[in-house]
Amino acid sequence: MSQPLLEVQQVFKNFGGFAALSGVNIYVNPGERLGLIGPNGSGKTTMINCISGLLTPEKGKIIFEGNDITQMTPHHRARAGIMRTFQIPKPFNSMTVVENLCIPLEYAAEHKTSLSVAEEEARKILTLIGIEALGDLKPTGLTQVDMRKMELARSLAGRPKLLILDEVMAGLSGSEVDEILEILFKLNEQGITIIMIEHVMRAVLGFSKRISVLNTGLNIAEGTPDEILNNPEVEKVYLGE
Amino acid sequence: MLLFLGAFLITQNFHNQYYYLAAFTVLQYIILSQGWNILGGYTGYVNFGTGAFFGVGAYTSAMIVKTFKIGKSAPFLELPILFIAGGLVAALLGLGLGYLTMRIKGIYFSISTLALAFVTVTIILNIDALGGATGLYIIRPRKIPFFTNYMEFLFLVMVALSIFAVAFARYIENSWIGRGLSAVRDDEDAAECTGVPVLKLKVFATMASSTLMGVAGAAYPYFVTFLEPISTVSLDVGVNSLAMPLIGGTSTWAGPLVGAVLLGIIQQIALVTLSPEYSLLVIGILLVSFVILAPEGIVGLFRKFRASLKK
Repeated sequence: MSQPLLEVQQVFKNFGGFAALSGVNIYVNPGERLGLIGPNGSGKTTMINCISGLLTPEKGKIIFEGNDITQMTPHHRARAGIMRTFQIPKPFNSMTVVENLCIPLEYAAEHKTSLSVAEEEARKILTLIGIEALGDLKPTGLTQVDMRKMELARSLAGRPKLLILDEVMAGLSGSEVDEILEILFKLNEQGITIIMIEHVMRAVLGFSKRISVLNTGLNIAEGTPDEILNNPEVEKVYLGE
Repeated sequence: MLLFLGAFLITQNFHNQYYYLAAFTVLQYIILSQGWNILGGYTGYVNFGTGAFFGVGAYTSAMIVKTFKIGKSAPFLELPILFIAGGLVAALLGLGLGYLTMRIKGIYFSISTLALAFVTVTIILNIDALGGATGLYIIRPRKIPFFTNYMEFLFLVMVALSIFAVAFARYIENSWIGRGLSAVRDDEDAAECTGVPVLKLKVFATMASSTLMGVAGAAYPYFVTFLEPISTVSLDVGVNSLAMPLIGGTSTWAGPLVGAVLLGIIQQIALVTLSPEYSLLVIGILLVSFVILAPEGIVGLFRKFRASLKK
């Protein structure tokens, strides 16, 4: 069997006395589409912060492409090919949308580009996401939906091998969800591995090849979308007994 | 280059000393506010402790003048040595401040820079070798080739340094470094996750900022000829170097330049026609009104004006 692109082994993370993650295991194979679901407070975002490096776990290992990256700084992880979006968008507000994309293009993408090349690339990515008209606006003037699309575009600008989406669909209408899904399928076909954290079930069930379920910082189930839907444990967590 | 040549011609033909003194102060503030703006404007860390870096530069320079006495034998070599030494020592202090940015942000960072200024004053006051509370006398070289007066030479050197400071700030602003610093200012987490080495850039910004402040300080002893801690490591220096970029506009190199020239001149006029207290009051009133009415500064106002003309 081929080596997973990312492997999270027995990760523990506490905030004071609160155990956010208590020995979580996750893996994702190259080219795979993994869904990560769980009720609020189950540790999904903490998990993402540990993978992207904003948090360092107390115990456990994070392996990316066979290398232990547990102690690596977030910007090195970004350069290695792990890009993420934020649940609450974190745009660079003093810059235009194009300039926002130029930051990862200049800092994270493998080739150091000149600014004019980066701007051109940025506009191409915006066209791909379908917000090319917003290129010269400041993020403060964007709607919540466009802001999320910008976050997605910015993480694409880092030329990710692994793209982690933290609730990009939240607040989007049905047709917008389909629109984003279509883009994500296209990106996945190009070889980008995607981890999707999502509450919009239609999106995550339709998109993922495999789904991992977290609850109170523990893995409780894993399987194909169908298996997850029929899993009594998952039903109990989401709907109660 | 043209500016520098112009300044050189002025020193050769024009000898009213007061104007050189006034111009020196304005030039000093161009360097200080460009320095302040690299950390405060581009990176978003508001520093109240400019006086500490300025003072450390000044005292380093004064001690070298007193200990090595190179002014007589090599007057043209002395100033560069003083600048490098003053800049280096201030940069070391800046390195410390840079690591401070790792732990604290926003208002807490600003308060600790304020504390840094007070600590620096106290330390200097209590070291006899630095003159303590009595202060230090620095004697200017009496003669300098090509110039009728040392002050005129010092003025010319300050013109060169100011040009350098502006060019340096402009270079940073327009390079990948400046764009990275803006990302750090806007959101440190998002910057890290898009590949920006946040800590490295912050340390760079604090060191570049404090080096410029230290260099400005290194020229100060020969200007005042009497160095004393309370007026050197003063809050006035800190407030002025912060007010000038804020009033001029922090987003671009032109802001601190406009702010320093404008406020520097207004302050000098107020100093002569009114009183030293009034000159500070002017800064205070302008700062408050700009923060409330035009947070983007004069440069921001100018841009808005130009944009409205286009429409």
